[in-house]
Amino acid sequence: MSSAEFEPKILAFLCNWCTYAAADLAGISRIQYPPNVRVIRVMCSGRIDPTFVLKALNDGADGVLIGGCHPGDCHYLEGNYKAMRRYQLLMKLLEQFGVESGRVRLVWISAGEGEKFARVVREMTETVRELGPFKRKETRVHVE
Amino acid sequence: MSKPKLAIYWAATCGGCDVALLDTQTKVVEIADAFELVLWPIAMDFKYKDVERLPEKSIDLCLFNGAIRTEEQEDIARMLRKRAKVLVAFGSCACHGGIPGLGNVSDRNGIFEKVYRQTRSTANNDGIRPRTRTEMPEGTLTLPAFHDTVRSLDQVVDTDYYVPGCPPPVDLIGQVVTAVLSRSLPAVGSTLAPDKTVCDECPRERDETKKVKQFRRLAEVTPDPTRCLLDQGIICCGPATRAGCEARCPSVNMPCRGCFGPPAGVLDQGLKLLSAIGSIIDSKDEREISRIVNGVQDPLGCFYRFGLPKSLLHRTRTRSADSETRDD
Repeated sequence: MSSAEFEPKILAFLCNWCTYAAADLAGISRIQYPPNVRVIRVMCSGRIDPTFVLKALNDGADGVLIGGCHPGDCHYLEGNYKAMRRYQLLMKLLEQFGVESGRVRLVWISAGEGEKFARVVREMTETVRELGPFKRKETRVHVE
Repeated sequence: MSKPKLAIYWAATCGGCDVALLDTQTKVVEIADAFELVLWPIAMDFKYKDVERLPEKSIDLCLFNGAIRTEEQEDIARMLRKRAKVLVAFGSCACHGGIPGLGNVSDRNGIFEKVYRQTRSTANNDGIRPRTRTEMPEGTLTLPAFHDTVRSLDQVVDTDYYVPGCPPPVDLIGQVVTAVLSRSLPAVGSTLAPDKTVCDECPRERDETKKVKQFRRLAEVTPDPTRCLLDQGIICCGPATRAGCEARCPSVNMPCRGCFGPPAGVLDQGLKLLSAIGSIIDSKDEREISRIVNGVQDPLGCFYRFGLPKSLLHRTRTRSADSETRDD
């Protein structure tokens, strides 16, 4: 598949209090951004288990976006710091797995930053389009 | 009534699982007494063709240890699956890929390059590599093909039960044999070990609010034998590893290495461990976090020491140069 035909699928886990509200604001403000992003609302970026990220990639996503409140602004005080720590460790692991760093991104977007949300989605769509489809490998299941 | 038939096989493994069977001491005599052995390559001389002659579902219990690395291992796994009523993935390698599964950071070409050319001790001026067929004046010599990817037993054939451990502890082996003989096995697909984690069995004292400023390797410190190893900044796989070993490593001042695989309900052991390790880092500063994270030298080898083939990604994406694109 050439990169011209390839439309990346990006799964976005957005925190209820900041980034999801930013996505809402982007919609209300009629800001245009690519339709490649599929949003899942979670209560906090600290809820993102690294398993979600890898399962998303394994099950068909080409990129994963995690959105949380700016440091210091977490509705639950420290959830986004938890996300930050796990993200850094996850990126180190993904590098060893040979997964390009552009496929997984953690961003802080507040409820007032609708424009930033749209910009991040635009950027990430282009980055992942450049990278091409994520090379998945099916688990070999035994067939008699 | 004739005795139930037992087959024990080893694939990509070190032989430690077979030794664990012998370690059951008097139990091994009971096993030998209760079963008729039809295959046990490490201990007795059986021929594959004799096993092949057995009808389907005629072997009552097959303990299969080792991961699947070669074509031969795959063929034997399929052959035994057909003939066994109960096929047990015995030990970490058969359950999750084990130590041989770490080979999934490379592939056939990468491994052959390393072993037959690059290592300092290799003297191989003619660049000879194993080949599946070699024509000689006397005839054709054959070797089983070496796969690019190591797989667990259940990624090759349907597997009835899992007995994890590197090697499985003697008590667990005793329970399995008793369960088979008394026909009291649980539902097919079960892991014959507790559902909880190693931490639940660990005698060490835990500080409930774990805070780590620096990860340390075992070579750098002598751990306090009473306090939780994670509290001391030593990475222990206990929080994401299935119980059943009675915390045998932490009990002797060694961190858990994760050989029992994930506890019940966990999809990917390494990622769960990563999640746990990530959350105990004590910092809110991005750069300091980065420094602490860099103290984890080899996350892949540390979090997936025994289970890379069973991770969500199964193997690394990178391929060695000029490797064949065919994935077997």
